[in-house]
Amino acid sequence: MRHEHIISAKQLSRADIEEVLDHAAEIAADPEAYADRHAGKLLGLLFFEPSTRTKMSFTAAIKRLGGDIVDMGPVEYSSVKKGESLADTVRVVEGYADALVMRHPSEGSAQMASEFVDVPLLNGGDGAGQHPTQTLLDLYTIRENAGLDDLTIGIMGDLKYGRTVHSLAHALTNFDVHQHFISPESLQLPRSVRYDLHEEGATIREHTALEEVLSSLDVLYVTRIQEERFPDENEYREVAGEYQIDAGTLEAASDDLTVMHPLPRVDEIDHDVDDTEYATFFEQAHNGVPVRMALLDLLLEGQ
Amino acid sequence: MSDNQKLRVSKIHNGTVIDHIAGGQALNVLAILGIDGTDGEPLSIVMNVPSDRLGTKDIVKIEGRELSEAEVDVLSLIAPAATINIIRDYDVVEKHRVSRPETVVGVLECPNQHCITTENEPIESRFEVLDEGVRCVYCDTIIREDLAAHILAG
Repeated sequence: MRHEHIISAKQLSRADIEEVLDHAAEIAADPEAYADRHAGKLLGLLFFEPSTRTKMSFTAAIKRLGGDIVDMGPVEYSSVKKGESLADTVRVVEGYADALVMRHPSEGSAQMASEFVDVPLLNGGDGAGQHPTQTLLDLYTIRENAGLDDLTIGIMGDLKYGRTVHSLAHALTNFDVHQHFISPESLQLPRSVRYDLHEEGATIREHTALEEVLSSLDVLYVTRIQEERFPDENEYREVAGEYQIDAGTLEAASDDLTVMHPLPRVDEIDHDVDDTEYATFFEQAHNGVPVRMALLDLLLEGQ
Repeated sequence: MSDNQKLRVSKIHNGTVIDHIAGGQALNVLAILGIDGTDGEPLSIVMNVPSDRLGTKDIVKIEGRELSEAEVDVLSLIAPAATINIIRDYDVVEKHRVSRPETVVGVLECPNQHCITTENEPIESRFEVLDEGVRCVYCDTIIREDLAAHILAG
């Protein structure tokens, strides 16, 4: 891994992605072989926003590599409450840890923080910006279920504020993938993501109804419409609940369809989908551990 | 330009003349350069005079100050057709067109309210210059229209 920090999916080439995914597969096949790999190493957790999967899977990953965590804990009990800048916080915590994972509500926060630290910094989500480690586990899951080339993928839900969508859309331009984006008009991809996809030569196909494209999909990636990102609650209410799927919806899909979701879900995927062959979202969440083990291993080895 | 029009723009002794600014943009040019006249430097501003190339153009003359290369680069964002004349002892000693820089630092404010650069952090705004518009290096927000409206207050 030639990167010092993992800030955005845009920085990841196909070779980078394949290196991480191949290594994750090796780790998943024989996790015991990596149990003492990074004994004594500490991962600093800086979560300025709530997190379950990202935080816990990074914790599991470093512990399964023989290391441990130092956790800033909830923001309300940290020096941030006293008005400390983010730049100061990360400079302090880098002295306690061998690598940092940060989630922060401001877009660009991971890029900025990386400019102030020398230890590897991994972006665990910066507002509505990017979530590159989620993308790596998404790609791992897609590869395990459908391969990564000659694919048709539908990405549905909150495309405007969904950082997992932004990262995934960028990363998929490295592969032979047709991307379809399904959302209400008010939640279509932001200008910056469209710009990058255009620059990469990707063809963007946008839809407002899943039915327009469902039967042609190999993968359907569903995201939550995130109430907390809307500046106006009325705007949220206008689109909430519009993009729900259930087992009945999927009767029109190919038998090989893989349904994914970065979780947490609210009501966009009915629980009756869970027991179908389509459901892959829990497997996807579990893949966070070997993928993050692989990423940490490559970054810590490179130090 | 007729003699009558030339009279509006008297010669300066030493400094910079910025010509071929699109009509109506002179005040934005001064803003982007952080010049507001409070330092006491003599300024001449002519706005909306006829121009063969631009239809109407503005001209700014700044006495006693030669623009740096970085300042000239930044000008290209809102005055891409501008020409810069460096004046010494009433003579034009250098004349060049503006060129587009790869990035502009500390000049524009990101319009994304959730961008880290809008918070109280020890960093300057940084924008990559695109073929059309600019893009925040931190949050990726692209600004295409009315760049002058995003100039940081000096």
